[in-house]
Amino acid sequence: MNSDNHRTIIPATALDKSASGFSVAFNKRLQRRYRAEQRFKWLGIAAIFSALAFLAFLLTTVIGDGASAFRQTVIQLEISFDKEEFTQEDLLQADYQRLVKTALSERFPEVAGRQDKRLLYDLVSSGASYKLLNMVRDNPKLIGSRQTIWVPANDDVDMLIKGKIDMDQPEGNRRIKDRQFQWISSIREAGQVELRFNRAFFTNGDSREPELAGIRGAIKGSFYTLLITLLLSFPIGVAAAIYLEEFAPDNRFTAFIEVNINNLAAVPSIIFGLLGLAIFINFWGVPRSTPLVGGLVLTLMTLPTIIIAARASLKSVPPSIREAALGVGASKIQTVFHHVLPLALPGMLTGTIIGMAQALGETAPLLMIGMVAFIVDVPGSITDPAAALPVQIYLWADSPERAFTEKTSAAIMVLLGFLVIMNALAVFMRKKFEITW
Amino acid sequence: MNTVTDVITQPAFPAITGQRDTMAVTKLDTPLEKTVGNPFVEKPRMTCRDVFVHYGESCAIKDVSIDVAGNEVLAMIGPSGCGKSTFLRCLNRMNDTVSSCRVSGEIRLDDMNIYDASVDVVPLRARVGMVFQKPNPFPKSIYDNIAYGPKIHGLTRNKAELDEVVETSLKKAGLWTEVKDRLAEPGTGLSGGQQQRLCIARAIAVSPEVILMDEPCSALDPIATAKIEELIAELRTQYSIVIVTHAMQQASRVSQRTAYFHLGNLVEVGATEHIFTNPKHRLTEDYITGRFG
Ligand SMILES: Nc1ncnc2c1ncn2[C@@H]1O[C@H](COP(=O)(O)OP(=O)(O)O)[C@@H](O)[C@H]1O
Ligand SMILES: [Mg+2]
Repeated sequence: MNSDNHRTIIPATALDKSASGFSVAFNKRLQRRYRAEQRFKWLGIAAIFSALAFLAFLLTTVIGDGASAFRQTVIQLEISFDKEEFTQEDLLQADYQRLVKTALSERFPEVAGRQDKRLLYDLVSSGASYKLLNMVRDNPKLIGSRQTIWVPANDDVDMLIKGKIDMDQPEGNRRIKDRQFQWISSIREAGQVELRFNRAFFTNGDSREPELAGIRGAIKGSFYTLLITLLLSFPIGVAAAIYLEEFAPDNRFTAFIEVNINNLAAVPSIIFGLLGLAIFINFWGVPRSTPLVGGLVLTLMTLPTIIIAARASLKSVPPSIREAALGVGASKIQTVFHHVLPLALPGMLTGTIIGMAQALGETAPLLMIGMVAFIVDVPGSITDPAAALPVQIYLWADSPERAFTEKTSAAIMVLLGFLVIMNALAVFMRKKFEITW
Repeated sequence: MNTVTDVITQPAFPAITGQRDTMAVTKLDTPLEKTVGNPFVEKPRMTCRDVFVHYGESCAIKDVSIDVAGNEVLAMIGPSGCGKSTFLRCLNRMNDTVSSCRVSGEIRLDDMNIYDASVDVVPLRARVGMVFQKPNPFPKSIYDNIAYGPKIHGLTRNKAELDEVVETSLKKAGLWTEVKDRLAEPGTGLSGGQQQRLCIARAIAVSPEVILMDEPCSALDPIATAKIEELIAELRTQYSIVIVTHAMQQASRVSQRTAYFHLGNLVEVGATEHIFTNPKHRLTEDYITGRFG
C-alpha cells in the first residue's frame, strides 16, 4: 500500500501522514469502516437476543401454565361395594354414582340438605364412577367388599389444590364455596388428597370435564393424518421433482408448471381447506372430520414444499456424477436411480420431515373440513372422526373452564415436543446420510 | 522446447479468453478454414465427416472431418473455447444431454453411423468410453466404481468373473497395487491422481474400443500427470485414445497425431512431431509458439 496510490484519489489537503504511515484521510475512512462493522454486529446481536427473549417468554408462559396439567388431584374414598347394589344381571348396569355418593356421605355424615349434598358430591369427578365400573368389570369378586380407592377430584378442586383459586374473593365469585373448602381442608389434613401423575391426560380423548380430558384422541388423529400426508406427498412429491429436474423438456409448459408449484407453496393454508371441502368432501364424498380427508388436504399443502426441497437436493448433486454414469453407458433412468437419487435422498428426507412438521402444526385447513368437532372417542382408523393436536389446542383454548387453560398449555407443550423431535430428526438425517465427495 | 514452457507458464491467451462472451457471435463471422495436412488414415476406427455442431444459434464446430486410427493417441489442442470438448463429446454422443446441442454430419464407429436413429447410446458409450477433466468417481467403494459398468451391461455372469474384471481393470490402470487392500473403501477417498486412474479403470472395465479423455490431467499435480501419461502410452496398445489437452508438452509426449482446433475449425492435422516442429498453418504456429494474433 504506497501513498502514491492515494494521491490520485484523495485531495492534497488530506495528505498529511499519520504515525502509521497512512494518510489521515485513509485512517479516518478505516475508522468509519470499523465503526460501521461494529454497529452492524451489535444490531445483529440485538436482533438475535430479542428473538431469543420472545422465545424464552413464550416457553416460560407455556411451561408455567401447562406443567401442572401433568398432575391431577385424586381423593381417597372408602367405597363399599354393597351386594344390594348389584342385583341386576349386568354388573355394568349398577349405579356406581350412588356408591361414590354413599362413600362421600359416610365420610361427612353431618352434611344434610339437598343443596349441601350436591356441593359435597361435586368434589369428586364424574370419572370416579367409571373407575369403579372398570374395577368391577375387571374383578367381580370386589362385590361385597370394602375398598380404599383413589378417585379423580373435580376440576375445581384440582384447581384449588394447585393453588389456582383465590379464596380471598367473595364466595359468589368463586367456583369453590366456603363449605366445600372446609371439607377439602379436612380430608387434606387426613392425607386423603394427593396430586398424582395425570395418566388420563395421555390415555383419554377429549371430554367436557377438564379433569377427564386427554390428548390421546388428538395425538392419534394427528398421527393418522400425517401418515396419510406422508404416504401421499412423499412419493408424489419426489416423483414430480425427479421428473421436472431430470426428464422434463425445457419448454414453456415446464416453466409454467414450475411457476405454479412455487406459487402453490405460498398459498394461504385455509384456501387448501376450502379446496378440500369442495373437492374431497362435497364432490368425492370422503367422510368429513376424518384423518383421511385431513391427510388429503395437508397433502395438497405439503406437496409444493416437498417438491421444492426435492428439486433443490437433486440440483445439488454435482453434474459430474451424472456424466460419470452416462459415460460408462448407464441409461438416463439408471443414472437417476443408481446415482443421483441416493445422493439426493437425505436432502429430500429432510425437506419432507420439515414439510411434515409444518403439516403437524397446521390448523386452519382442518377447521374447514370439520376436524374441529368435539370428539370424545379415540380414533381407531383413518375413517373415524378425529381431532388433531393443533385443533385440540384451539378447542381447549376456547373453553371457559379455568382448568382447560392448563390443558391448553400442556397440549402446546406436547405439540412443540413433537415438532422439536421432528426437526431434530431432520438435522440428524442430514448429518448421518450426508455423502461427501 | 523453451517456447512451449513459456506458453504453459502464462496460461491465459489474452486475445481469446478476453472475448469468450462474444465468441458465439464472432464465430459465425469467422470463415471456414480448410484443414491443412491429412486428417485421414488408412484403417480408421472412427471416421468423422463434415461435422457441424450448434448450440442453439451459435456454431461451435464447423465442418470438421477427421479419422481416428486404431491403437493411436490422437491429441486435440487449441485455445480455450475453440470446441475441443464439444467435438470430443460428439464421439460418444455425450452431447445428447445438452438440449440446445445439435450435431450434423456423419460420425462412424467402424461401420456404424453413431448418430443414426436406430443406434442405442447405451452400448455406444460402452464401446466409446470417456474420462473427464475433473476426476469424478462415484461416491461408492473402489470396487463398486469399477464393477458398476460391467454390472449394468451384464458383462459378467458371476461374482468371480466380476472380481476378475475389477482386478484386471485396476491393473491396466496401474492402480491395483495401491488399492488392492482397500477395495471396499470409498473411491472418493483416494488422491486426485488415483481418482483419475480409478476413472480410467472404470472406463476400461466395460471393454471399450475407443477412450475419450477431456483434459484428464488438468486437475492433477506433475507426478500424478506423469503417471497418467505413462498409462496412456500403455493403453495405446489395446485402445484408440483421443485426448484433449491444453498442455502442449503433454500432446507432444503422448500422442502420435495432433489436431489443432481454432474457433470451431479444424485448422491442421498431422503427425505430432511435424505439428510441433514444423507447423504449416500460421495459426498453428502462433499457438505452438505462444504468439497470438
Ligand atoms: N452447453 C453449452 N451450451 C452452449 N454453448 C456451449 C456449451 N458448451 C460449450 N459451449 C460453447 O461452445 C464453444 C466451445 O466450447 P468447448 O467445446 O467447451 O471448448 P474447449 O473445450 O475447446 O475449451 C464455446 O464457445 C462455448 O461457449
Ligand atoms: Mg474443454
